[in-house]
Amino acid sequence: MQYPSQHIEKAVEEISKLPGIGRKTALRLALHLLRREETETSALAQALIDLRTKTRNCSNCHNLADSEICSICANPRRDASVICVVENPQDVMAIENTAQYHGLYHVLGGVISPIEGVGPSDLRIDSLVNRVAGGNSAGGGPKEIILAISPTMEGDTTAFYLTRKLKPFGIRISSIARGVPVGGELEYTDEITLGRSILSRTLYNTSGEDKE
Amino acid sequence: MHLQKLELLNFKNYPDLSLDFSPDINCLVGANGSGKTNLLDAVYYLSLTKSAFHTTDAHSIKHEEALMVIRGWFKREENVDTVQCSLQQGQRKLVMRNRKEYERLSEHVGRYPIVLIAPNDTDVIREGSETRRKFFDGILSQIDSPYLQNLLRYNHALKQRNSLLKTFSDQGRVQHDLLEPFTLQLLQYGLPLLERRRLFMQEYMPLFEHHYRNLTDGEEKVFIRYETNLDDTNPEKLMQDNLQRDVALQRTRIGVHRDDYAFEIDGFSLKKYGSQGQQKSFLIALKLAQFDLLREHKGFKPILLLDDIFDKLDDRRMARLMELVSGHAFGQLFVTDARPERSARLFKDLSESEVVYFYVEKGTAVPVDEQTLLRD
Ligand SMILES: Nc1ncnc2c1ncn2[C@@H]1O[C@H](COP(=O)(O)OP(=O)(O)OP(=O)(O)O)[C@@H](O)[C@H]1O
Ligand SMILES: [Mg+2]
Ligand SMILES: [Zn+2]
Repeated sequence: MQYPSQHIEKAVEEISKLPGIGRKTALRLALHLLRREETETSALAQALIDLRTKTRNCSNCHNLADSEICSICANPRRDASVICVVENPQDVMAIENTAQYHGLYHVLGGVISPIEGVGPSDLRIDSLVNRVAGGNSAGGGPKEIILAISPTMEGDTTAFYLTRKLKPFGIRISSIARGVPVGGELEYTDEITLGRSILSRTLYNTSGEDKE
Repeated sequence: MHLQKLELLNFKNYPDLSLDFSPDINCLVGANGSGKTNLLDAVYYLSLTKSAFHTTDAHSIKHEEALMVIRGWFKREENVDTVQCSLQQGQRKLVMRNRKEYERLSEHVGRYPIVLIAPNDTDVIREGSETRRKFFDGILSQIDSPYLQNLLRYNHALKQRNSLLKTFSDQGRVQHDLLEPFTLQLLQYGLPLLERRRLFMQEYMPLFEHHYRNLTDGEEKVFIRYETNLDDTNPEKLMQDNLQRDVALQRTRIGVHRDDYAFEIDGFSLKKYGSQGQQKSFLIALKLAQFDLLREHKGFKPILLLDDIFDKLDDRRMARLMELVSGHAFGQLFVTDARPERSARLFKDLSESEVVYFYVEKGTAVPVDEQTLLRD
């Protein structure tokens, strides 16, 4: 395609590198920006620069943060006795959106998968062990680890490996319940999920109390 | 259950095709290389979401085209289901049933059971253990969907474990705590596979023996011996004992992925000592037993595909097979034959079955009547 300006061409080239955006869409976006106020484009450019230069990983939980320590780790009202282990920052956001969890997190950065060359040392596993171990000596460390890792085979492997690593510390290790989705129909649930749901069934609570 | 209608877009040598089938016998005739086997393969594809003849999906797309679509209308009792398999060059294969996409292709397998008898079946005797495992896994996958799920998981865990063994070997160091979850997964998914394969043979053998006897009138005793190196009394220890060699060889040597089914005739290897005729009977009996077993499990007859089988059979075996056809042992049948007059003569006296002939030529197939074929 012929562009009337090499600046447009450059912009199209950069925008089209984004996932799911082809050259046509990129051109539309570029022309759109040209039609809008200049301040709008500057704000976008600044936001992108800040995104890149000012966000980093929390040194405690590896979640995305604006400073050394993320807003969750820095919040004194969060319950430091529980750590929820997840694969990536999106998982933190998903769990935060439920508003059901008030403890801290630990972001692994993936799951163990030898085929893809991902081993334990490529994940933030040592630092999790350190958090658990360090806490113990200081007295105020976590009492429970919740593993919220996808129920894939790689997720299972990672959970198994973590459990082995954390067991010596004598803390409680749990895993989020997995099974038939709420609103899902049994008939359409695959056998493995259904089988798992039956094996990890929960007591039917008639008294209205929270279940343990 | 039968396939009422088939539509193809850029499948192998068919640019664009639409055919209505007989619920009984469909006979595809035409010259060598015209596309008869390709049509059977399209039917097979609809049933099992893959080609019977090659493992690379993209080979099913017509040369120089970007997209292929296979669409079929399966009728069972009064219900008609549409199944569509489509593949765009470089993309993921899509399978839809009644316009709804499957999350996993494995959910489709077994809904529209199928049995194919083809010239390359002899591979199952001549080739290595993998072809035999594939054959029996293919049957089990159609009757037992958790089996297929387990098998896929097993194979995945195996790939991971072997990849890890390779890393260990490269690093010259074994991390036992990392290997352990994969070893446990292999046992978790492998032991039920072992159990199921054993149970399956008990059900399959009598059907197989029955068909073999029926085809041959022979006195010889045929047997299929299921063999595994996974000892289920103490599998953990077995895996442990083999660990050093696994690391040295960079692959897992113990497990159901090494299982074999030994074909025997009077206690000797069929491959080494069986006559040509015995081998042919063995193969057909394997397939007919597969047909019976699928029918028993599904409660209806699978579709049967016979590729060039008339070339391969002598008169007696042919007569036995035709007895089954005329005795309504089968449901819908697709037959290919490069010699139209032979098929026309074989089927012309089957008054109770609706026989439809298709003349296949250069990427087209048109219905023709029996008389034209007999005149030629
Ligand atoms: N992906 C493809 N694109 C185009 N043509 C293809 C493709 N794959 C196979 N073919 C063609 O299909 C033809 C083979 O068709 P098929 O095997 O169905 O023949 P047939 O009628 O069964 O012949 P025979 O009687 O020899 O068994 C060949 O001419 C081959 O080139
Ligand atoms: Mg052929
Ligand atoms: Zn943090």
